[in-house]
Amino acid sequence: MDRSSKITINPISRIEGHGKITIHLDENGDVCESRFHVTQFRGYERFCQGRPFEEMPVITQRICGICPVSHQLASAKACDAILGVDIPPTAKRLRELLHMGQFIQSHALHFFHLASPDLLLGWDSDPAKRNVVGVIGEFPDLALKGIRLRKFGQEIIKALGGKKIHPVFAVPGGVMNALNDDDRDTLLSGFGQAYEATYAALNIIKDWLGNNLEEAKRFANFRSIYAGLVDKNGCPALYDGKMRMRGHDGNTLAEFDPARYLEFIAEQVEPWSYLKFPFFKPHGYPGGCYRVGPLGRLNAIDAMGTPEAQKEFDEYKKLSASGLKGSTLLFHYARLIELLYCLEKAEIMLEDDLICGHDIRITADPSNREGVGIIEAPRGTLIHHYRVDKYGILEKLNLIVATGHNNLAMNRSVNLVANEYIRGGEVREGLLNRVEGAIRCFDPCLSCSTHALGQMPLRIEIFSCSGEFINEIRRP
Amino acid sequence: MKKPKLATVWCEACAGCHMSFLDLDEALVDILSRVELTVSPITDFKDYAFPQVDVGIVEGGVGNKENREVIEHLRQQCRFLIAWGDCAVFGGINTLRNWLPKDDVLRCAYVKTAGTVNGIIPAHEDIPQLLDKVLPVNAVVAVDGYIPGCPPAPEALAYCLKELLAGRLPVLPADMIHFD
Repeated sequence: MDRSSKITINPISRIEGHGKITIHLDENGDVCESRFHVTQFRGYERFCQGRPFEEMPVITQRICGICPVSHQLASAKACDAILGVDIPPTAKRLRELLHMGQFIQSHALHFFHLASPDLLLGWDSDPAKRNVVGVIGEFPDLALKGIRLRKFGQEIIKALGGKKIHPVFAVPGGVMNALNDDDRDTLLSGFGQAYEATYAALNIIKDWLGNNLEEAKRFANFRSIYAGLVDKNGCPALYDGKMRMRGHDGNTLAEFDPARYLEFIAEQVEPWSYLKFPFFKPHGYPGGCYRVGPLGRLNAIDAMGTPEAQKEFDEYKKLSASGLKGSTLLFHYARLIELLYCLEKAEIMLEDDLICGHDIRITADPSNREGVGIIEAPRGTLIHHYRVDKYGILEKLNLIVATGHNNLAMNRSVNLVANEYIRGGEVREGLLNRVEGAIRCFDPCLSCSTHALGQMPLRIEIFSCSGEFINEIRRP
Repeated sequence: MKKPKLATVWCEACAGCHMSFLDLDEALVDILSRVELTVSPITDFKDYAFPQVDVGIVEGGVGNKENREVIEHLRQQCRFLIAWGDCAVFGGINTLRNWLPKDDVLRCAYVKTAGTVNGIIPAHEDIPQLLDKVLPVNAVVAVDGYIPGCPPAPEALAYCLKELLAGRLPVLPADMIHFD
């Protein structure tokens, strides 16, 4: 019997944006090809042309409602470069604090609201209940901890930028507002609960990995390059640093000033996705597959740079060295270690009086025609590159977004997981959920990734190898 | 009494309105206990197979063929449709591309950007075609309620849902109406 067919998973749920997965099965019902499609496009690179560069921090943050702060900061940094200024130390601190608020809320959102249903309720649990509502029902105390942790991150953003989503804060040359003492004290009082929630999450993922070690070893575990921004000590540099690309064996392949990114990163277009495929130029396409985001960063750095996160990182490295280094499931663990790191960094910054300084902005006329702003967004390295005319009007933009860097790796992961679980034509909902789970590990932001014209639906169809449409798997 | 059913979708948007919904924080637990959440980006329902629902909520404008199909289908399946956030209400920031030819916008992103090696414009049966312009939801289907804002305050959506649960047509108080 011919079992060739095409499976479509659409939309990929519990991720940000519009994505879809298609899996082609051969006549034996085994996977012969799979694809992760991003189905949204918006056109920022074009419609921002002709506008004053100063508008960009406010406009480009609308690329994403989960990480607007990252876009605002990358944009503001590109604008600083056009002005040719070094912003005042307090302004830099305040931007970094805003950024930590962003990481805390985004990582908490991903773990508790989006990913935890798979881990706490199970891959194969009832899909109608496999969501945050189900988690609230089964684990009300834990769910509340997660909700409050995300809230804490959002409140840092609100204290600085006036609102939680699409705040108005970073501007070319600095920031809009100083932080007042009352808000500083209020924020400092929130760390106890935030640490407690983060450790609760860390315990969950460590237990889960301990109990599912074999699955983790087989789950989209592959060699790749890892990338992230690092400081001069090889610690994470989420706001500003050199970009490091490190091979699977731990050797550094490149470490460069972000403004030189075009020497190392190029992008391929595939006709079947609105998301381009960046690759490490010296290794070509598709060999130059690299991973960014929590797993990419933790596999690219030498140390965390904060005491509590360092303890967790030591444990992580042991687990990683036991054959899990390339396991896509390790993203969850890496993400929570970063969450801990961000809490520590935010607390250190808030305890230093510099944070309440009033020298927060430099004004200047543009002195450069080009500016590159690179930052580590929660999901990975984010690049804003602008070129302006002599009046400061945008002539050209290039945006490479975290999720884009991971596009090759996400496709690879889908393929590996589909091959692992779908055999002989047996297709169950729970198996398809694992395929989606591979994408979820990356915490993709498909709105971000398709700023070009941005939206990413995820769906799975099954086709025969000859391309004939066979079947669509539908969930309730 | 059976819980009222709710469906939420995002179309051409940034997810910020849904994030604002999650910003209800502790109050979210109460709201979610009083409704049955069906199709939504945070649940695992597939293929936008909306059951009959009492309230449908749309974030985002209508920018491609799939958006349009989803909205038309949701309209058929829901009693009360809310356009939620500036993109759904007005078309939003994405309408900045409406002044430009579609091909020009695509060519800029996929052919002209620095660093792109094989300039081709994606086109495939598995990705939806763009519409010529991004439209607000009410340019495609009838809308019963509007909550503007980029994003709307979390309290605004909570207020509307509570009014609907109480059997009243929501009228947003002035302090919940803003456009940024």
